[in-house]
Amino acid sequence: MAAKPASTNTTMITNPLILQIIVGVLIGLGAGYVGSFMILRRMSLVGDALSHVALPGIAVALLFEFNPFFGAFAALFLAILGIWVLEKKTELPSETLVGIFFTLSLAFGLLLTPEPELLEALFGDITKIAMFDLYITLILVIAIFITMVKISNSLMMGIISKDLTRSMGIKLDRTNFIFLIMVSIIVALGLKVAGTLLMGSLVIIPAAAAKNISVNLSKYTVLGSIFGALSALVGILVANQYGLQPGPIVVLTGGCIFLVSLLFKK
Amino acid sequence: MEPLLRVENLSVKFNEHHVLKDVNFSVNKADVLAIVGPNGAGKSVLFRAILGLVPHYGQVQWAKNIKVNYVPQKLNIDRDIPLSVAEFLKFKTKNYEETAKILRAVGLTDSSHDDFHIKEHVLKQRLGWLSGGQLQRVLIAWAMIDNPDVLLFDEPTSGIDIGGEETIYNLLRKLNKEHSMTIIMISHELNIVYKYANSVLCLNKEMICYGSPNDVLDPQALAKLYGGEAGFYKHDHDH
Repeated sequence: MAAKPASTNTTMITNPLILQIIVGVLIGLGAGYVGSFMILRRMSLVGDALSHVALPGIAVALLFEFNPFFGAFAALFLAILGIWVLEKKTELPSETLVGIFFTLSLAFGLLLTPEPELLEALFGDITKIAMFDLYITLILVIAIFITMVKISNSLMMGIISKDLTRSMGIKLDRTNFIFLIMVSIIVALGLKVAGTLLMGSLVIIPAAAAKNISVNLSKYTVLGSIFGALSALVGILVANQYGLQPGPIVVLTGGCIFLVSLLFKK
Repeated sequence: MEPLLRVENLSVKFNEHHVLKDVNFSVNKADVLAIVGPNGAGKSVLFRAILGLVPHYGQVQWAKNIKVNYVPQKLNIDRDIPLSVAEFLKFKTKNYEETAKILRAVGLTDSSHDDFHIKEHVLKQRLGWLSGGQLQRVLIAWAMIDNPDVLLFDEPTSGIDIGGEETIYNLLRKLNKEHSMTIIMISHELNIVYKYANSVLCLNKEMICYGSPNDVLDPQALAKLYGGEAGFYKHDHDH
């Protein structure tokens, strides 16, 4: 996941830690918000395993020398398309197929990814980001929030009852498709933070913590975003302080927030 | 008078199996039509077919410009779903006065309750914390918000105790009488049908009887409906 050297940019944040924090927090916000709906749609497992699919995409991008973000996004998009068709055609839980297909793609990706980049692809490395990453993250996270707010009502109705939602004339397949694209964008973005092995958890854990302590939807989604941002912020700071890998620390911070939320479970 | 809904030769097939076969009926304004039949008889499928939610054969013709609201049998509302009653109702209307009025109409609150009660004890509640009866009332309120001409109700009282059941049906009757609302409901219980419906459709994959309850619910029809081959209705799932 080679980033452009920061020095080529005219406007830039010179302190690398601050840059990491801004990008991390933005991704945490988006991941928490999108994750809130993934949990309600019972996609926790799918979400956790989904990020694995990105690895072969990253590998192909590295082999053919284009931006790994696009390789990852393409791979995630294909996987998401598979889930969407599966959900549309059948009422079957997609878990078995997801469990098989997603782990297989991880195995493929492991074979394809060049050795020097493998560790970074697996666990992410936010210390290697540049101003370009900030721009792309900022634009996409804003786009995710705008889109999610627009579709959240139909999405929520669809969670309560597909029939009821369709009977109201809402095009649920379209809503679901848009939602799944948002999922693939945030996961592809987050690979910088937590890598293909752990990004799924950054989507799921903050939202799971928020669900424990929320009575209504607005509080739930806002808290999910805040917990995502907090995980990124604390994780990056702690990793920086002790010279550790940020990705795992970010996810572990999310885990701690989840444990605390259990104490206040409603 | 033109019927609100006319259904002719309606059939639904899942994997080449007839789930519904040649169903014919019509519904006029302010009718209360009850659909009865054993489990797996295709009652819910009939609802989904007339709403256009499943592929079907035959004619389903609704009168022009009428609003049909539907309350399905099963909603996926877990106890821990983070959605408040207020948010659920806001999917339909953001007008508080209207919401409060409808909550009173369905008996979730009465006139002695002030705004504080409505806000604190009803609207701020998690949807999943409501009792079966309260949830059913919220669903009725939800379905009533935009003044539909027709209300489709799949088992209005599933999961409610006997006393609560009676009040829900009384409420539906009140809506029918006072607002001339047309109601089509699926029910398990024949006593309810006699008491509340002015026409009944007996269904067991095909139409067994159709007409006024007192005329058509004779012992032969009932035997045919419930007493046929056991294999026909022992399935416990609804399609």
